[in-house]
Amino acid sequence: MKSFKEKLTERVFLLIALSTLSVLALITVFIFIKGVPIIAKVGIINFVFGMKWAPSQGYYGIFPMIVGSVSVTLGAAIIGVPIAICCSIFLAEFAPAKLRNVFRPAIQLLAAIPSVVYGFWGVLFVVPMIRKFLGGPGLSILAGSIILGIMILPTIISITEVSLLALPRHYKDGALALGLTQWQTIHSLLLPAAKSGIVAAIILGLGRAIGETMAVIMVLGNAVALPQSILDPVRTLTTNIGIEMGYASGEHQQALFATGIVLFVIIMLLNASAQYITRKR
Amino acid sequence: MRMNANTSQKIAKFTIWAAALFVIAILFSIIAYILAKGIPMLSWEFLTDIPRDMGRSGGISSSIVGTLVVTAVAVIVATPFGIGTAIYLTEYTREGKITRIIRFSAESLAGIPSIVYGLFGFIFFVIYLNLGWSILSGGLTMAIMILPTIIRTSEEAIRTVPQLYREVGFSLGLTKLQVITRTVLPSALPGIVNGVILSIGRCVAETAAVILTAGSALRMPDSLLSPTRTMAVHFYILAREGISMDNAYGTAALLIILILLLNVGFNMLVNRFIAKGR
Amino acid sequence: MFDFCEDMKKGIVTCKLLKGIKVAGGAVILTLSMGLLSACSQAPESATIIAGSTSVQPYAEILAERYMALDPEAIIDIQGGGSSAGITATQTHSAGIGMSSRSLEDGEKDLWSVEIAKDGLAIIVNPANPIKNLTSDQIRDIYAASITDWSQVGGTKSKINIIAREEGSGTRSAFTELLMGKKEITPKAIVQDSNGAVRQLVADDPNAIGFISLGLVSDEVKALQLDGVEATRDNIMNNSYKLSRQFLFVTSGEPTGIQKSFIDFTLSPEGQKLLSKEGLIPSAEGEAK
Repeated sequence: MKSFKEKLTERVFLLIALSTLSVLALITVFIFIKGVPIIAKVGIINFVFGMKWAPSQGYYGIFPMIVGSVSVTLGAAIIGVPIAICCSIFLAEFAPAKLRNVFRPAIQLLAAIPSVVYGFWGVLFVVPMIRKFLGGPGLSILAGSIILGIMILPTIISITEVSLLALPRHYKDGALALGLTQWQTIHSLLLPAAKSGIVAAIILGLGRAIGETMAVIMVLGNAVALPQSILDPVRTLTTNIGIEMGYASGEHQQALFATGIVLFVIIMLLNASAQYITRKR
Repeated sequence: MRMNANTSQKIAKFTIWAAALFVIAILFSIIAYILAKGIPMLSWEFLTDIPRDMGRSGGISSSIVGTLVVTAVAVIVATPFGIGTAIYLTEYTREGKITRIIRFSAESLAGIPSIVYGLFGFIFFVIYLNLGWSILSGGLTMAIMILPTIIRTSEEAIRTVPQLYREVGFSLGLTKLQVITRTVLPSALPGIVNGVILSIGRCVAETAAVILTAGSALRMPDSLLSPTRTMAVHFYILAREGISMDNAYGTAALLIILILLLNVGFNMLVNRFIAKGR
Repeated sequence: MFDFCEDMKKGIVTCKLLKGIKVAGGAVILTLSMGLLSACSQAPESATIIAGSTSVQPYAEILAERYMALDPEAIIDIQGGGSSAGITATQTHSAGIGMSSRSLEDGEKDLWSVEIAKDGLAIIVNPANPIKNLTSDQIRDIYAASITDWSQVGGTKSKINIIAREEGSGTRSAFTELLMGKKEITPKAIVQDSNGAVRQLVADDPNAIGFISLGLVSDEVKALQLDGVEATRDNIMNNSYKLSRQFLFVTSGEPTGIQKSFIDFTLSPEGQKLLSKEGLIPSAEGEAK
């Protein structure tokens, strides 16, 4: 009797736990159902590698946006990753305990600020600075990279810090006892040892950057052409959806869902590789 | 020539401190700017009056209500599922195929961009289930978005509960469910509450997913099927359309204050509560 | 062992907290489910939904706000979605009134429609820009990227930053229809998703050019003359300034009930005055009344 009841509760909990899987399946199915017809109609090659996006004339090519997403994400990584790694070393090794107790919540707060506020801040300060000192319209890959570089900091910092702190204590003590300086220890011992964690952190940070919408709508300029320099405006996959979803109907709307499919696939690949790297450890 | 170990130590130390201070400076500049511009706008009328004239005048009461109710729906729906999943992962099963699948799903959900949640919420809740642009559509979409956070924090919290508690419970003749509800969950509570607070922050700050699912109507919602415009969306529209910068700053300041309270205040409250309990 | 007792105590205290939360949570769930019940039982019938063009939406919101103040019983929900979506929603009866910022196409002629106002389209530049006038051809060439520098149209030597609206926007399609002819707006153009954002950008950038609703032109930007004609309400009414479009309300069949009284209110002197105050040009149908 008792074992029957126990089994029942276990089944109930299993059912609850499988909700994540069913929701993931639901999301996949619905986005694909809505987006696949237009990809089938246009042809996957024409859709992914098409250079022209003009839904009113029936052109649905998203290649410039893929280039946009990739370039802004790379820019964000170049700006954000070094700062983030410095900050996590600061937290794990350099910061006095008191400062650490202020710094860690501050990083959490950075993650909690609404993305629209970041975008707005970018429009007010970053965009005019670029226009004034570097020329061009200001709305650009560079502006987006700076904003996203800041926005991905919390993700990378927290995961990197955790993987640094997870290293066995004797690693560090041994190195210091051998007379290495603190930096030599970090640089030649701790960072290499925490490598897989750091790589996973960076991949998740990139995922965050590629998925961000509202902040980049405001600072990227959203032009649907291949950029020639980092001062040119671009459109990303996310902003294509965000900027046009309000008006779209019919095939145009399907094409935005199809853009969502491409985004979804890219993110799932990034996620899976981050998970694979952390598992392997 | 190789750099002297002491010189490199100094340069590295300087760079790392500089990076940390730089990040703090940016955080401070964003928050200080919004608060300085927005706090003068905050008044009793601003908080309690409905928006008038497209938000150009009047207050933001309907947006505040909309934000709170969307968040409440999300948290109320997601929390039982999140904790339930965490309990299953920690108490009812060993690491294996099923846990791998569940963890993979949860981590994938965590990585999906909010605009994709917006697309899904729009096609599933708004269109397919015919809930329209509504608080319910927005809240349910947000519930899925915050589910992974609640699962992860609850799982971590439950794992830190010492095994001894469970053994004592069993030796007193409690069933597994009783052990979980009477000893494990209460001890894991602070961690779980922390996850819920994180999720509330995420709901309050979200724009892309709610604009596609809860709509952008300014009217005071009178049911869960009413459309609403959350504060983050209201800020976006006011600032983007240039309707009223003053009211935009006021809304943003209130958002930031809310988030500060959630991050700092609640953490302190929970800590104090635990300290008192000891 | 002592430690363990302490922890157990903590467990008991937090257990009380848990109970508190359970009770509070229960109360919230109860209230919400009651709200849900009442929502299902009454809300949908009584609300009139107006959906469509986001260009018309803000004006409809102002009208609805005033109308609901006059008739507290009425509930009107305004939603965006674009002209085409609004027209479709009206045809399928999911919206009571559709808003359109373009004229009806062939398949849509069976709908009942009325012009509620006209909206002018202004070509704007930064006030620091010395240029005052452009011809239609020059604007077309700028937007088609065959003119790329201000010096080519008599300005100072600097690259033109072109700003357009997004695909699907009524403002963009009106601009394309009225000015671009067979040419296309260059894909290199910066795209912004609202009138306000275009205006803000032009106000900040001395080399920018954009187009927005005439009613939204402010001191921060300068509206250009088109072929020597000033962009004013009078010039639109006497048809000498050619950049204007109609704002329509459409219904499926002759409007009745609350739809009719809201449309009547829109066309009444009071409604037209509200629209006029926002910078729109009064509808001929309103004046005829």
